[in-house]
Amino acid sequence: MKFGVVVFPGSNCDHDAFYVIDRVMRQPVEWVWHETDQLKGFDAIILPGGFSYGDYLRTGAIARFSPVMKAVRAFAEGGGLVLGICNGFQILCESGLLPGALMRNRGLKFVCRHVYLRTENNALPFTQRLSAGQVLKIPIAHMEGNYYASADTLDELESQGRVVFRYSTPEGAIDEAANPNGAARNIAGICNRAGNVMGMMPHPERASESLLGSADGRGIFESMVKALVSAPSSRLAETVHD
Amino acid sequence: MRARVIVSLKRTVLDPQGKAIHHAIASLGFKTVVGVRQDKVFEIDLNGVQDAGAARSEIERIAREVLTNPVIEEFSFEILE
Amino acid sequence: MIEALISPEVVEQHGITPQEYLRIVAILGRDPNLTELGIFSVMWSEHCSYKSSRVHLKRLPTAGACVLQGPGENAGVVDLGDGYAIAFKIESHNHPSLVEPFQGAATGVGGILRDIFTMGARPIAAMNSLRFGRIKSSESMESPPQGRAGSSTPDNEESELRQNRRILSGVVGGIGFYGNCFGVPTVGGEIYFEDCYAKNPLVNAFALGLFERDSRSGKPRIFLGRASGPGNAVIYVGAKTGRDGIHGASLLASSEFDETTASKRPNVQVGDPFLEKCLLEACLETMEADAIVGIQDMGAAGLTCSTSEMAARGDTGIEIELNHVPQRETGMSPYEIMLSESQERMLLVAERGRMPDIQGIFSKWGLDAVEIGRVTKDGILRVRDHGEVVAEIPAKALADEAPLYNRPMKARKPLALLEKSSPRLKNLESVQPGDAFMRLLSSENLCSRRWVYQQYDHMVRTNTCILPGADAAVIRIKNTNRAIAITLDGNGRYCYVNPREGARLAVAEACRNLVCVGAQPLAATNCLNFGNPEKPEIMWAFSEVIDGMKEACEAFHTPITGGNVSFYNETFGKGIYGTPVMGMVGVIDDLAHLTSPGFKREGDVIAALGDLTPPTEREFLNQGTEFARVLLNASGAQVPALILEREKRLQDTILTLIHQGTLHSCHDVSEGGLAIALAECAFASGPPFLGCEIEIQFGIEGLSAWWFNENPSRAVISFEVGQQSRIEAICRRQEIPFQILGRVRKHDFKLKHLNNWIIQQPVDKLFGLWDQELERLSTL
Repeated sequence: MKFGVVVFPGSNCDHDAFYVIDRVMRQPVEWVWHETDQLKGFDAIILPGGFSYGDYLRTGAIARFSPVMKAVRAFAEGGGLVLGICNGFQILCESGLLPGALMRNRGLKFVCRHVYLRTENNALPFTQRLSAGQVLKIPIAHMEGNYYASADTLDELESQGRVVFRYSTPEGAIDEAANPNGAARNIAGICNRAGNVMGMMPHPERASESLLGSADGRGIFESMVKALVSAPSSRLAETVHD
Repeated sequence: MRARVIVSLKRTVLDPQGKAIHHAIASLGFKTVVGVRQDKVFEIDLNGVQDAGAARSEIERIAREVLTNPVIEEFSFEILE
Repeated sequence: MIEALISPEVVEQHGITPQEYLRIVAILGRDPNLTELGIFSVMWSEHCSYKSSRVHLKRLPTAGACVLQGPGENAGVVDLGDGYAIAFKIESHNHPSLVEPFQGAATGVGGILRDIFTMGARPIAAMNSLRFGRIKSSESMESPPQGRAGSSTPDNEESELRQNRRILSGVVGGIGFYGNCFGVPTVGGEIYFEDCYAKNPLVNAFALGLFERDSRSGKPRIFLGRASGPGNAVIYVGAKTGRDGIHGASLLASSEFDETTASKRPNVQVGDPFLEKCLLEACLETMEADAIVGIQDMGAAGLTCSTSEMAARGDTGIEIELNHVPQRETGMSPYEIMLSESQERMLLVAERGRMPDIQGIFSKWGLDAVEIGRVTKDGILRVRDHGEVVAEIPAKALADEAPLYNRPMKARKPLALLEKSSPRLKNLESVQPGDAFMRLLSSENLCSRRWVYQQYDHMVRTNTCILPGADAAVIRIKNTNRAIAITLDGNGRYCYVNPREGARLAVAEACRNLVCVGAQPLAATNCLNFGNPEKPEIMWAFSEVIDGMKEACEAFHTPITGGNVSFYNETFGKGIYGTPVMGMVGVIDDLAHLTSPGFKREGDVIAALGDLTPPTEREFLNQGTEFARVLLNASGAQVPALILEREKRLQDTILTLIHQGTLHSCHDVSEGGLAIALAECAFASGPPFLGCEIEIQFGIEGLSAWWFNENPSRAVISFEVGQQSRIEAICRRQEIPFQILGRVRKHDFKLKHLNNWIIQQPVDKLFGLWDQELERLSTL
């Protein structure tokens, strides 16, 4: 089993993702430079947070043209696990690997704080170690995390069980006050149709050790490891009901 | 040759920046303003383009493929000189 | 050599005195040309040469067992043991932040980060100390009319408040913009509002970086700004040079502000944090590859400062060709290229053969790396433009031989005390402590800073163990069981009233803040913000501050490893309170000792350490407390007494208690006094919140003075009942007063004196007031 953490110029949570896989999960992990055009030998790819290429045009907009994203697309089509965190989620949306877009926060300001997430689908390779409806305390840190998609797309996502996490109260209630950025239907994370590509705005790698205030994010990485142990050849079960 | 591309949020998409600016304008006493939307403007210099037609198709591709996210944005452009 | 006529007017425009000009002529043996005059003017400016402060700074303690690098390099370096070390420094960016708050603050952050990674350390934490004019109207503080200071009409005041809020928003936005993109967590700092900073905001940026243990030597690898080895290549890396910030150091930072300030706006530099992030990675990779022998960032005075300082430190000369300098604009003159303050640039010195490696690494990160010259033996900074020599100056004359001034000093008369008959003091009798408490909670200086730190990414790099808002920030060192604690502390009001005592109090509070999270104070950096040093009273205050700081730093064994002096913080002849800011760093040897201010468990005992005896009412009113400011609009004429020996004993006791595992929480008592400290312990406990029930059973004379005085050398602790006798025994042995205050309870915050409730409210409600205020004010 091998994880890869993609490094774009401007990625700044790459070290954090690498550390969690290497030192907390104790799994093999390697850097993947953005100019790489193939991902042979990897079983899971993490697109980390940061400001790829400065995010000067739109968040994630330029990263989508990088050679590595062509490779990530092929990797995902082959069933490999792809987790996009924060800027990684934005890149997945810009690349069309996930639907929708991430707009400027409703409050217009960068927001860094712990939020609560309710697990909406715990049957995915990213969530199988979580229980249904489990509430996770995980931090966000972004300026553009306001998830947007057309009503049709949102309905489709919901009906297919592709909304993975929603911003909630600590008790798991979904309301406006629990929504830190104005995201449509409190959406914090979604997956693709096949369930092997997930994007989320909150940072599970910042919540994987209790020393840092929460270890709730660890369940996501544990789920990925479990998925790869049971299906190491990167052919994963179709966990999303169509 | 120079082109100007304007990228705007689609009308159907809420523009929180525009809303905030509108609020600020209104609070300064400009009562006639009923709406504000914030766009992005790109000025692009071209070199070695044959004619305006070629420039138009080049700029249109750039605007569509790079400058705009079709999920939330639309664009317009003009060739300036 | 290009001949340009140097008239006395031109010399004056460069901020060079006639005497200084004569000295330049003596050094060169001829008149300088315009480029050379420009070079001298920036290197001999107050900002670069510390010409007014150096005679005083020499008195500060700078050596210690842990100090690997003291003042004089880009940043100080302190040993953590086991092959790890940290570099840290604080620096002001006050003037640029007044001219353009967003970019001024952003480039301040960029500059301090470069100072850190220039040394070879990866930045792992940033903080900042900020001062603004008030953002809350004095009306809303319902102060008596005679107490209103400053503004004349409500309209005027409203526009001043709006201006101050605009500066606040811009500065906070700029800090977030730069730090968030660069990927350094902004983990804390301090913000105070006071009228004197209205036209002179202070933006002091601090950064700390970590040297990883070198796998080969087992030691940290520290890179210095030295051009050694004649024949070696001088390499320019990073952003291209434009006309940004020409004369930033000599004009913006070395003179007072007036009507012409607006026209200085084009001087302000624009920051590109993405480029700096790439520059960081490329520099660290180059260092890892052992490809360079010296490195220095181009900050104030850009190419001029980096070339002359590197040559001076290396005992060498440097010759550069300006034609090779990457340029963003066309037609730049040698003068402009040498003086440009374009951001995100570095100067490297490397052996010639390593050029291909260096270019490979920089081009991987999309950056220029261009050989612009070489190290020479002759000690001369020689600048050529298309082969022609345009400047030729001994490097040491620029870097080390700037004039030193022992400027005249004159002690300021002590401030007049408010007397018992004063209407304001009479007013105190009508103040109910409960009402005062509610007002203080939402004071602009005491309310939560959440609105600010939420705009900063304070968790990136996954080391932040204690979130912003505690006594000190705590950053763990990965792969060890240790952590670093950092705090910034300054108190302009105290230093205004009594500079020497104010400085001692600031050092004591900084150390106490570190101790409260379980850290042993190690070393410090300082940022000294003052007005015009040519005014004898200001120079006197500066000198007093240095003496106070020296005394306190010696008492706490915390050497000062570097820092920054910012003079001329005056607009329209009106200066700031001289405001020294301490950046204090400590180490937590075992993560198990990490302690935070929040109450932890219902039923725990709450106690105070230190002497709770309040000052007399007259003293209290005159001590420049937040209570006096908010309720009586009195800025103070005295400061509380600090006994260094007692303070040190308190801190040692706290550390002993923490090391013995007796405490659940610990919090310093400071602004707002005991009542506010207790409230902060409750706020930090949740959500969901714990409260407390405090019952004082003995008689108190002057209730407000008891609850709200800001005497130093005190802390609030909570612990399990079973620990009480052990804690008391330790305190007795150390002769530290110990006073039980009450218990940690659910939900409610209750203070009671004898049989009278002072306050009895749900914590959520109080928290709401405290938590929302700054956001409310900033969006007005």
